[in-house]
Amino acid sequence: MSDSAAARLSKEDQQIRENVEEVARYDASGRRPVLLSFYIGLAWLLVGTFFGDVASFKFNFPDWWSHWDWLTFGRVRPAHLNAMIYGWASTSMFGVSLWMMPRLLRTPLRWANLASAGILVWTVGVVVGVVLMLAGVTDGLEWLEMDRYLADPLLVLGAGLVGASIWRTLMDRQVKHLYVSVWYVAASYLWFPVIFTVGNLPFYRGVESAAVNWFYAHNALGLWLTTVNLGVIYYLIPKIVGRPIYSYWLSLVGFWALAFFYALNGMHHLVGGPLPQWMITTSITASIMMFIPVLAVGVNQHMTVVGRFGAMRYSPTLTFIVLAAMSYTAVSLQGIMTALVEVNRVSHFTQWTIAHSHVGVYMFVTFALFGALYYILPRLIGREWPSAQLIRLHFWLVAVGMVVYVVGLSIGGVIQGLDMLDPAKSFQTSVEATIPWLWVRSASAVVLTLGHLVFLYHTYLMVMRRGPELEAPPFYAVKPILIDEPAPAALREGGRP
Amino acid sequence: MSRVLMLLIGALAAVTFAAVVLVAVPKALLAEVKPPPQLKPYTAEQARGRAVYMANGCIYCHTQQIRDPAITTDAQRGWGRPSVPADYYYDQPHLLGTMRTGPDLFNVGARLPDPQWQLLHLYQPRALVPWSIMPAFPFLFELKAQAAPGDTVVKVPAPYAPPGQVVVAKPEALALVAYLLSLNHTYPSPESARPEGTSPPKGQVAQGGS
Repeated sequence: MSDSAAARLSKEDQQIRENVEEVARYDASGRRPVLLSFYIGLAWLLVGTFFGDVASFKFNFPDWWSHWDWLTFGRVRPAHLNAMIYGWASTSMFGVSLWMMPRLLRTPLRWANLASAGILVWTVGVVVGVVLMLAGVTDGLEWLEMDRYLADPLLVLGAGLVGASIWRTLMDRQVKHLYVSVWYVAASYLWFPVIFTVGNLPFYRGVESAAVNWFYAHNALGLWLTTVNLGVIYYLIPKIVGRPIYSYWLSLVGFWALAFFYALNGMHHLVGGPLPQWMITTSITASIMMFIPVLAVGVNQHMTVVGRFGAMRYSPTLTFIVLAAMSYTAVSLQGIMTALVEVNRVSHFTQWTIAHSHVGVYMFVTFALFGALYYILPRLIGREWPSAQLIRLHFWLVAVGMVVYVVGLSIGGVIQGLDMLDPAKSFQTSVEATIPWLWVRSASAVVLTLGHLVFLYHTYLMVMRRGPELEAPPFYAVKPILIDEPAPAALREGGRP
Repeated sequence: MSRVLMLLIGALAAVTFAAVVLVAVPKALLAEVKPPPQLKPYTAEQARGRAVYMANGCIYCHTQQIRDPAITTDAQRGWGRPSVPADYYYDQPHLLGTMRTGPDLFNVGARLPDPQWQLLHLYQPRALVPWSIMPAFPFLFELKAQAAPGDTVVKVPAPYAPPGQVVVAKPEALALVAYLLSLNHTYPSPESARPEGTSPPKGQVAQGGS
């Protein structure tokens, strides 16, 4: 592919061969907001992990810490979700977006200070929302718990300011062709404020409130978390394996099919429920149609890496990113399957859903962000990660932890669902069936927590310049088998500016 | 400019289309739903209890919806007839729920109508249901040396009773119980309440709208 592709390079494509100084200039233009968002994101990762652990252990010890209303299960659980979605994932995604766009548009970031302000406003909003939630002030809708008057306007404003910086940069672009990552990222900053505002309007009642709830919650995943992170994956895979994306056409199909079908998926959370049947049918149909974008993206990304999976041994970024891409395919197929009535009647209302959402938000989104952080931070700080060992340790802890989490809780969820469908079995049976699997979940939560602590410690070492300084990126120290060019050139291109 | 414009218009078209189909059209259709005569608006006390229910995240373990008997055994568990949009007329926001770590509460007021049972169950679920994994909510109660006039005392059995003290329900607990007891949808399904164009396809929902 590479030889024939090189022959077909247009004039513009040839110009895309950037040099290190040029890329360094783009990286420098967004350095402050990008680092700001990463540090804030990592702080939220720690907070969200803490809430997740507390929530998990409360299943095992229902009387543990029950005297303090701030830490009752029903408050800690949404605090975990909100800290992870809006704190860790979204804030880090701001950073990734602000870093990626100048490179893709070949122009320095515009309005960088505005973006920093946006990140801070957003963070204040999330802090207010989570603290109020712990104090018992909530809008009462899953994924939309944060107070609609005190917290949500700050979130819309914050995301809007970051989005303004991104769209301003897009307007001043120095390239004609828009790479697929640009579509995903730029569109996400239009979608998020729209869906978040629609979701939080105060005048829905009854089942229409349920419809809006799932319109929002599913699109927060589909048109925000998914899209930005697909953009990251689309950017980093070709960058690391050193070949262009397999098919422009497939990425086009994947993007637009996702935009139109994903947006309609939400009602599959209400299969069999008290909603007009046509709405649920629409969402089931749209969910099945998701085969198109999922396969398009999956095939496109797989074909880009195929034959070079060995490179994962040398690049922690590629390891995380490839697993994230595979998880995206897996979680989407799982989601399509779960939308089918025959599966949904078992899986709905059970721990299966929790496992499924962790495949999405952790194995896809969080892995993609870990990969991106491993790639971006050295380039902004001007220092390599001090220890390949710590990276490996982080990877194995979170990978094993999450696989055990998902497999365990999925099994528990299916047993729970089958028990609930069997009229001969008491409800007690379905509760007791989950207990061993809830212990598995708590054990894996401990492993994941250790993984996060290792990652945070390693980041601290790098940022504070406490660790040893490496000459070259740690995993590239071995001759990369992935790049056609001679190793030194590859090192220069892939290394820090 | 054209590519960026296409992205802008296309992206907004996609999300607007979804918002129209899943938010605006249903809002217009559901505007015709009328509350069944047997369903009463929440009293001030029940509404306060509903706020306590939301504040403490009961929704993360309990649903308030009975699903289609064609695909589930909800009705066979004695949880009630399938719920329809009219049943939720006074609910703002909805509390349909997505998890059944605990049982459905759509008709809990009819199933477990004893306020003393509800209070004790909130104070210590395992005093009544030994296998329960529901959290206890002791912060909804206060411990007193002796009850004052007007206090609602919860009779707590031996291993869970605080020595030498009485357990008195705080106003939040009383409101929450008032709300739980109001969850009673045992009246017949409001047939006429289903708006036009929303009748279920044959075989899909056996009794969903009837």
